[in-house]
Amino acid sequence: MSIGATGGTTRSPIARTLGTVFGARETGIAIALVVIIIAATLRNPSFLFSADGYRDLLLTPSILLLVAVGQAIVIITRNVDLSVGSVLGLTAYLTGRLFIDFPGIPPALVFVAGIAFGAVLGLINGALVAFARVPALVITLGTLYIYRGINVAWAGGDRINASDMPAEFRGLGTAQLASIPVLTVIALVVLVVAAWYMRNARGGREFYAIGSDPDAAQLYGLKVTRRILVAFVVCGALAGLAGVLYAARYGTVSSQAGTGWELQAIGAAVIGGVAISGGSGTVWGAAIGAFLLLTINRALPILGIQDFWQRAVVGALILGAIVLDRVLSLRQSRKLIAQRDETHV
Amino acid sequence: MSDTILRENSAVRRAPDSYRAHGRPAWQRVLFTRESAIIGLLVVVILVALATVRNFDSPLTVTYLLLDVAPILLIALPMTLIIVSEEIDLSVASTVGLSSVIVGILTQAGLPFEATALVALFVGVIAGALNGFLITVVGLPSLAVTIGTLALFRGIAVGLLGTTAITDFPEFWTDLAQSRIPGTPVPSIVIPIVVLAVAFAILLHFTSFGRGIYAIGLNKEAAAFSGVHVDRTKFLLFVSSGLVSAFAGIFFTLRFGNARGDNAIGLELSIIAAVLLGGVSIFGGRGAIHGVIAGVLLIGTLGSALRLANVTSDVINVITGVLLVLSVVSTSVLRWVRSKRLGSAGKSRKEVPASSG
Repeated sequence: MSIGATGGTTRSPIARTLGTVFGARETGIAIALVVIIIAATLRNPSFLFSADGYRDLLLTPSILLLVAVGQAIVIITRNVDLSVGSVLGLTAYLTGRLFIDFPGIPPALVFVAGIAFGAVLGLINGALVAFARVPALVITLGTLYIYRGINVAWAGGDRINASDMPAEFRGLGTAQLASIPVLTVIALVVLVVAAWYMRNARGGREFYAIGSDPDAAQLYGLKVTRRILVAFVVCGALAGLAGVLYAARYGTVSSQAGTGWELQAIGAAVIGGVAISGGSGTVWGAAIGAFLLLTINRALPILGIQDFWQRAVVGALILGAIVLDRVLSLRQSRKLIAQRDETHV
Repeated sequence: MSDTILRENSAVRRAPDSYRAHGRPAWQRVLFTRESAIIGLLVVVILVALATVRNFDSPLTVTYLLLDVAPILLIALPMTLIIVSEEIDLSVASTVGLSSVIVGILTQAGLPFEATALVALFVGVIAGALNGFLITVVGLPSLAVTIGTLALFRGIAVGLLGTTAITDFPEFWTDLAQSRIPGTPVPSIVIPIVVLAVAFAILLHFTSFGRGIYAIGLNKEAAAFSGVHVDRTKFLLFVSSGLVSAFAGIFFTLRFGNARGDNAIGLELSIIAAVLLGGVSIFGGRGAIHGVIAGVLLIGTLGSALRLANVTSDVINVITGVLLVLSVVSTSVLRWVRSKRLGSAGKSRKEVPASSG
């Protein structure tokens, strides 16, 4: 995380900060994002400088950002949650259903219901993983099918339409706060809180400890079961929040909402430098990854590439990011070994 | 010569009876496995469906059931070996789509079908080799690599063809893909599936290469020290996965008579679900081909029977998910129950490991 700080006990604070920023794994991917935005804007200034372009740039990735942050926390504990797409779809449908079945329900209550419902679905995942001691990949693959099946059975052929939801709720999808879309503000607040917790709080550090070495964490006396449970509940709650925002943003919710989002969320985390083997990476990285993933989609046509190629570019990007990560960490470990050999001569 | 020495040695070093007995009689060891449980469940589902579901016993049901599960059955074979070696391949369905698009584009360009099929298979090998290279040479985790190539291969397929579909294929081949073995309701595709299944079963269960795969899944370092070529083995497994996926892609294209960039999208999750249901451990080192075949057929049969009984696909999804969760949770519940039942007896047995009985 702080490659630059390893050799620099005597450097000034500014140099150290700069070293940390430029040595961080997230920096490379952030630069890629900025380059794409600049290139697309040079080609077509309205990509950034029109009201629509600016709004889309911030708005579209905000929902994926929430899911990716939750996914990153779970991956850091050396687990994975494949069910997030189904959780998002289910809560998005619940959102619409609440407005239809309880006319006049305050939107705040719908938010609470969506987040709580997502948390319960996450709790089921977490309980199965943590108590039965079975691999998260299998459990959440199972709940991916179960949650989606429940969603389809519940919704049938129905879909939620924009007219089913009150205007003030749908307004959230486009509303702005000091010229920043409200959805983006919500996503950023969640991101900052999650990042602070993961970096500074005891609980956050324990997530990393569990992911680096579950057995050692257990022996050391960390409450591994409870921590994993918490990670899944947070991931589910964030997917639930994303589901509510999905309904607000898109207005139309079919039973297939959120299909395939699990791979997008994992992809965002992996691009952002969260190691799939647990114990390293930050939620910042996952958030930048989510932004990059969806910004490319809009930038490609402007850069003269058919948007059919978006997936291929995303794939190449994921591979590039993990290869780069590997190369950097190999170089880092060689440097550390060299340092150790020098001091022990 | 060395053979006799080995045999003498093994006679001398015969393990104590307490170890050879594995604590349970042989019939229990055969009967009480995950594989047997899944096969038993499959038999029960078939019997119940025969007795209660109308038209389930018709030849047409058998034909469509087998045609439907054929791609899953094919790709599940190399997937089994890969998961036993503690890796995973999420890119298989994208390889299916890519080979489908290759076949479509080249057929449209006027190449004879045999040639396009060969090119598609070659592309499958390249796709598998890329996965294998990144995993073994660069040393990256397969979950991350194959999420990347899942997007990459699918992206190339969709990029090449856009949203168009190519539907013009030689009738001879499309007919062949849907044909049946004369005199039976069994589709011809079952012949290559059986051949491949036997080949993969022999490879996994009766060769040193196969023992190596289990060894890698149980402990990579120990396997390497005992002479298993870990990287070479994994590389070959991913190449075989790419090749079989491309073959499944050609079948998929011919069966439905169209090549599209989004063919077989999401199929990877069904394949992995079937493999895990068949008793393969996601942690590697455990699993068998016959269990996986039973797992694939169980999901397929259940789906087919329920559809005939007018149960909707969402309920089938839920049942698939519940089966998957139960199959992994049940083992830990059983372990917990056994440890409770043994109680102090279990403990004392641990303390005196060599005691006979």
